[in-house]
Amino acid sequence: MAHRSFKLSRLSIPVLGLFWLAVTTLPFLFVVFTSMKTLQETYTNPVWALPESFSLDNYIRVIEGSYLTYLRNSAFVITISVILIVIVSSMAAYALARLKFRFNTALFGLIVAGMIVPLHVTLVPVYLMTRAMGLYDTLFALIGPYVATSLPVSIFILTEFMRQVPRELEEAALLDGCGPFKIFAKIFFPLSTPGISTVAIYNGIMLWNEFVFAYVLTSSPETRTLPLAVWEFQGQYAADIPTILAVVTLSTLPLIIVYAIGQERIVNGMMAGSLKG
Amino acid sequence: MSSAEIAPTESGHRQSSRRFRRAQKVAPFVFLAPAVLLLLVFLLYPLVSSFRLSFVSWNGLGDGGDFVGFQNWVRLAHDTLFWRSALHNILLAVFSVVVQLPIAVVLAVVLDEASKGSRILKILYFLPLLMSSVALGVLFKNIYDPNFGPINGILSELGLYSWTQDWLGDPRLALASVIAVVSWQYIPFYMVLFLAALSSFPREITEAARLDGASGRTIFWRLKLPHLQGTFRTAALLVLIGSMRYFDLIYVMTGGGPENASEVMATYMYRTVFASFELGYGSTIASAMFFIIMAISIVSLRVSQRFETEV
Repeated sequence: MAHRSFKLSRLSIPVLGLFWLAVTTLPFLFVVFTSMKTLQETYTNPVWALPESFSLDNYIRVIEGSYLTYLRNSAFVITISVILIVIVSSMAAYALARLKFRFNTALFGLIVAGMIVPLHVTLVPVYLMTRAMGLYDTLFALIGPYVATSLPVSIFILTEFMRQVPRELEEAALLDGCGPFKIFAKIFFPLSTPGISTVAIYNGIMLWNEFVFAYVLTSSPETRTLPLAVWEFQGQYAADIPTILAVVTLSTLPLIIVYAIGQERIVNGMMAGSLKG
Repeated sequence: MSSAEIAPTESGHRQSSRRFRRAQKVAPFVFLAPAVLLLLVFLLYPLVSSFRLSFVSWNGLGDGGDFVGFQNWVRLAHDTLFWRSALHNILLAVFSVVVQLPIAVVLAVVLDEASKGSRILKILYFLPLLMSSVALGVLFKNIYDPNFGPINGILSELGLYSWTQDWLGDPRLALASVIAVVSWQYIPFYMVLFLAALSSFPREITEAARLDGASGRTIFWRLKLPHLQGTFRTAALLVLIGSMRYFDLIYVMTGGGPENASEVMATYMYRTVFASFELGYGSTIASAMFFIIMAISIVSLRVSQRFETEV
C-alpha cells in the first residue's frame, strides 16, 4: 500500500509538471503560431493548425508601423523613471536607516503605508494636475506618477537593506572625516547594490507594463508607451487576429529577451518587490 | 614646537567638526526632501484631493464644480451597481484564494520533489508574469473568442458543441472567465513563494519521518503543509488586497461588461469619470475603494498577527 502510493507520487510528479507546462506555454504557442498566419488562414484552417508558411509579414507590417515609436517611448520613460527611483529612494532609505532626526520612525511608517494606496484613487487628481501643468499628452507626464508610486516599496526594501550595513564601516569613515554625504556616496550606495538591483528590476518590469496612467495621461500615438501599442493596434486592426497577435508578441518580446539573460535575478526581484508591496 | 604643531590641526579639526555637525543636521532634510516632495505631490495630495472631490458635482468643465455635501456618498450607499462591483471584487478575491493557492502549493511540491528540470520548469512557469495585462487581455480575448478561438475550436472538434460558449459575452460566464485568466497569470507567482518556503524545510525532518515509516503523503499533510502556514497567510493577504484594486485585465477583456457582469470597483470608477464625466461621483467611488482597502488591510494584518502569536 505504502509502496504503491510512493510509486503513484513518483509518476504524478512529472505528469503534473508537464501538465502545467502545457497550460503555461500553450497560450504562448497560440500567439506565436497564429501571428505567423495570414488572415485568410485563420478563417479557413482549424485554429491549432500550424501556419502554412512561417511568415514574418505581420511582424514587418507592425514594425514598419509605429511599433518603434512605442518602444522608444517606453524605453525613455522607464529609463528615466528607474534612475530617479533608485536615486531618490536610496537617499531616503539612507536617512531613514541611519540618520538620527525627529519623527524618523513615524515618517518611515507613513511612507510604508503609502504602499496600500490604490492607484485609482490618485487617478483623477493626477489627471487634473497634469492638465494644469501643461504636461498632458507628453512623456514627462508619466515620470512623476511612476516615480512617486514606486517610492514606498523601494524605500522599504532599501531601508531594510541599509540597516544591515555594518556600523564599523560607517565609524571608520567618520574617523577619516567623511560627512554623511560622502558616507552615503562611498559606502551605503555601493554596498546596497543587490537591493538597488531588486528595486530597479521590480519597478522596471512593473512600469514597463503599466497601463492606467499611460492610458489616461497621454492620448496621441507619438507619446504612448508599449502596453498601449497593443491597445491601439487592437482598435486599428479590429478583426485582423494574426496582426494583433504579432503586436502582442512584439510587446512582450523586450521583457522576454531581458528574462533570457537573467531569469533567476528577475524572478527573485519580482518576488521581493511584490512581497513588500 | 610640538604644541605649535598640534594647535593648527586642533583648530582645523574643530572647524571641520563644526562643519560636520552642521552637515549632520541638514543631512536628513536633504536626503529625504526629494522623496517626501514627490510623495506629497503625487500620492498624498491626490488622495486628499480625491476625497475633497467626493463632495462635489462636476463634469470636468469650468473650474471646481459645485459643492453638494454628502449627496454623492448617499448616492453611493444606495447604488446597487457599486455594491455589485464590490461583491465582484470579493468574489475575485475568494476564488483567487481557493483556486490559485492550492494549485500553487501542488506545483511547488512538484518542483520541490522533481530534481531534474525543476529550474527550467520554474523559469518557464514564470513567463505569464512578464506580460503586460493589456497583452494578456488581448491574448485571452482571442483564446475565448466564440468563433475563432481555440477553446471553442477544440470543443467542437471533439464533438462537444453544447460545451462551446461565448465565454466573455455571456453574463453568467464573464466573471469566471476573467478569474481563470487572473489565476493563470498569478499561480506561478504563489508557486515560487511556496517553493521558497518548502526549500527552507529541513531535509533531516523528511528523512527522519521516512525512516519512521511515514509515507510521502503523510509527510506532505502532516509536516510540509503546516510548515507553509505562514506563507499561506502572506499569500492570502496579497491576493485579498490585489483583488480589491484589480483593474487592467478586466478593463481590457470585458470593460466590466456584459451587463456589468464583470464590473469591479475600479472599472466602475473609471467609467464614471472618463465615460460619464462625473468627476465628483467617480472620486466618491475611488475614495470608498481606498477606505475599503485600508479597512481590509488593517483587519487582515491584525488577524494574521493574532494567528502568529497563537501558533
